[in-house]
Amino acid sequence: MALTEKVASPLLYLQAQTRWRPVEIAFWLATLLPYVLFPNYLSLASQIAITALFALSLDLILGYAGIVSLGHAAFFGVGAYTAGLISKHGWGEPLTGLAMAAVAAGLVGYATSFVICRFRHLALIMLTLGFGLLLAELANSAGWLTGGMDGLQGIHTWKLLGYFAFDLYGYAAYTYALAVLFLLFLFARRLIHSPFGLSLRGIRENPIRMPAIGAPSRAHIRTIYTIAACIAGVAGALLTQTTETVSLDSLGFERSAEVVVMLVLGGAGRLYGGLVGAIIYMVARDQFSGVVPQYWYFWIGIMLVGVVVFLPNGILGGLAKIASRWSRP
Amino acid sequence: MSAPALSTRGLAKKFGSLVVAGDIEIELPQGVRYALIGPNGAGKTTLINLMTGMLRPDAGRIFLGDADITALPPEQRVRLGLVRTYQINSLFPHLTALESVTLAVCERTGVARTWWRQLTAYPHEIDEAYEILSALALVSVCHRLTRELAYGQQRLLEIALALATRPKVLLLDEPAAGVPREESKELFAAIAGLSRDITVLFIEHDMELVFRFATRVIVMVGGGVLVEGTPKEIASDPQVRAVYLGKATGKALPEPHRERPHG
Amino acid sequence: MLPPVFGVLFDGLAFGMLLFLLSVGQSVTLGMMNFINLAHCSFAMLGGYVTVVLMTRYGWPFFATLPCAFIAAAVVSVGFERTLYRRLYRASDLDQVLLTIGIVFISVAVAAYVFGTDQQPLQLPAYLRSSLTFMGTRFAVYRLILLGLALAITLALVLGVEFTRFGARIRAAVDNERMARGLGIDVDRTFAVTFALGSGLAGLGGALAIEIIGLDPSFALTYLVYVLIVVSVGGLGSISGSFAAAVVLGISDVAGKYYIPQLGAFLIYLVMISLLMWRPLGLFGRR
Repeated sequence: MALTEKVASPLLYLQAQTRWRPVEIAFWLATLLPYVLFPNYLSLASQIAITALFALSLDLILGYAGIVSLGHAAFFGVGAYTAGLISKHGWGEPLTGLAMAAVAAGLVGYATSFVICRFRHLALIMLTLGFGLLLAELANSAGWLTGGMDGLQGIHTWKLLGYFAFDLYGYAAYTYALAVLFLLFLFARRLIHSPFGLSLRGIRENPIRMPAIGAPSRAHIRTIYTIAACIAGVAGALLTQTTETVSLDSLGFERSAEVVVMLVLGGAGRLYGGLVGAIIYMVARDQFSGVVPQYWYFWIGIMLVGVVVFLPNGILGGLAKIASRWSRP
Repeated sequence: MSAPALSTRGLAKKFGSLVVAGDIEIELPQGVRYALIGPNGAGKTTLINLMTGMLRPDAGRIFLGDADITALPPEQRVRLGLVRTYQINSLFPHLTALESVTLAVCERTGVARTWWRQLTAYPHEIDEAYEILSALALVSVCHRLTRELAYGQQRLLEIALALATRPKVLLLDEPAAGVPREESKELFAAIAGLSRDITVLFIEHDMELVFRFATRVIVMVGGGVLVEGTPKEIASDPQVRAVYLGKATGKALPEPHRERPHG
Repeated sequence: MLPPVFGVLFDGLAFGMLLFLLSVGQSVTLGMMNFINLAHCSFAMLGGYVTVVLMTRYGWPFFATLPCAFIAAAVVSVGFERTLYRRLYRASDLDQVLLTIGIVFISVAVAAYVFGTDQQPLQLPAYLRSSLTFMGTRFAVYRLILLGLALAITLALVLGVEFTRFGARIRAAVDNERMARGLGIDVDRTFAVTFALGSGLAGLGGALAIEIIGLDPSFALTYLVYVLIVVSVGGLGSISGSFAAAVVLGISDVAGKYYIPQLGAFLIYLVMISLLMWRPLGLFGRR
């Protein structure tokens, strides 16, 4: 039938876009390698998985909706402290702890989203920076709640699903972090390929045109900001539960800036950029952990300048360019 | 007689001492094609910005049919059917043509809020976008990124985006601007093919377009409406000629044998 | 006997003047080209280190080092502008933020490597370290001089922008860049000169700041936040806006730390967020 033929093609084309590529499957299979190849580094691997989740949450607002946030660690910190406080006061069950952290971070995200959605450019950057710094100051001052500079003490995470204990070897921690990362990744992937995901890309591409096609941009931004806050909160809670500590640097400016660097390094707006960036950054930092902080930041600075000038779409963007040049005869 | 599709009463706006719109009264009856012409700086785009809500007027009201839309934000006016295109393309560079139009359709139907189902679960919206693109002869490039399209195709995509919102009143800001002669055929066909249910107001400098498509012409000068009439009347109106050619006739009254406008 | 509030106001005003010197260049260049230069305070830091080196290694008198701080910062900034910045005038906010943050990190590391991470000691002559007592309140001579100098510079800036041809070009370019180009104004050159001037002023501010807030490699980052607050609250491209915002911020910060020390920096962030929400384009901004 002519009509079916005509309309089958765009649908099939779009469906083909959402299919899992072989390189994606390879990536996720590779995440199982640490069990086999680096069994001594499983706690680092779980740190990487947690950071990757955090970077993924930032990608949703920065890479897809175009919101430049220099204060995203606020939600990470809220999640981390929520999980820590719940555990400290007697309830150490990990999965419900995650859920409560997500809700807490989501509430803070929802509240701030009403302000965030109304601004762009410098005002927006300043507001995200301001909120992040404000929350960090609050956490610092409220030592009775947060433990101040010393952080929270007395966190003990119960066994996962009543069976798997978190031990020094890190098997449980890595499995836990990786599983949560994968599940939330699936969620993000689905969201990106939904009509809402398309709207987000529209906002990023041309925020002025959106109202001109009847789009309620602000409502969209509030939604994604809240979702990203929830996911960041989960990442923070994971960190607390697997390391059984939480301190002020979970919501400091350094953490906000670092996650932006990682995302940009990997390539924003490609879903995997945050993951790739996190892996490279964390591995590099671990390898150079003996280096004095200023010199580490020196190389980060060089890298940032290099990425902006030579690799504007990050590593994944650069790889995509090479791949498309190769496929052209 | 039913209310005009779009009307303004006493619409005024100034920036400091510069009057960009002075007491504008316009009535666009249903289904009519209006051309809005005037020299640069006359306030034509400003008028469109006022009508669509991008600019807030200092005084006056705007009506879409019977409804007073003066206080409504831009996205609300679009939902009620008042839509515009841009003189300089305002598109989504890294979305494909199909994705762009599908986005507009989804926003209209409210589907754009769903983040728990895949886009491919909404074949109706995708089909509709495809139909719009095929009506504008853009199907062959529907999977190309907007930034890779030829300029004429991008102008057509501008119109496609507007059509996806199912407008009742369509404001086209210089649709043919910058389009080379070879690519303007589809554009003209697209404008000619616009449904009679849609009331169209287009700003144009290209007199060929004005003569081909406009039933009536409004001439604006210095923020105000100078005169209104059929294309023929406007073309022979000495006031209009003076404005465009800069030759003052020195006469206070129009020439006696000028036909009285009717419409 | 004046109540202590006057002392607080005076100190706050002096700090505000310092912030103004550090921020005014950033505000004007942002308003003109919409280029977010987070490395602005690195140029300030450079000015500070120039002063330290000239005074400690070469024995120059303090006031003689100030023009050098200005010139050094201006020259280096032009170097960056010519090579890196001009590629990014049309780039996204994010790219500009990242590039200039990268430069900040590099500058912090270089400063730490060359000068170490400690505060730089500055031996000002005795008369600059003294204070005048007026109605029971002590007014530091240094701060008085800083106030006078800053006000003189402000006056020069305002008069220059209002009454000179170059100033007219700056105003045109800030108001409407496209139109200014259309009128034949060489916006790029105007911007380059303005950028150099602004960075030079930042360098001067950095030199003057040593006595009040100290100098160490983290200066480039710590005071960046203050500068950004002044610029965003004051309004892009507005000298008077920067002045007002700097004064408000300076006084709020000093008063906050004096009267409610537990709040810490909390107060200025709250002030910034509230002001931005009330006026997103800044107090005097037009874009």
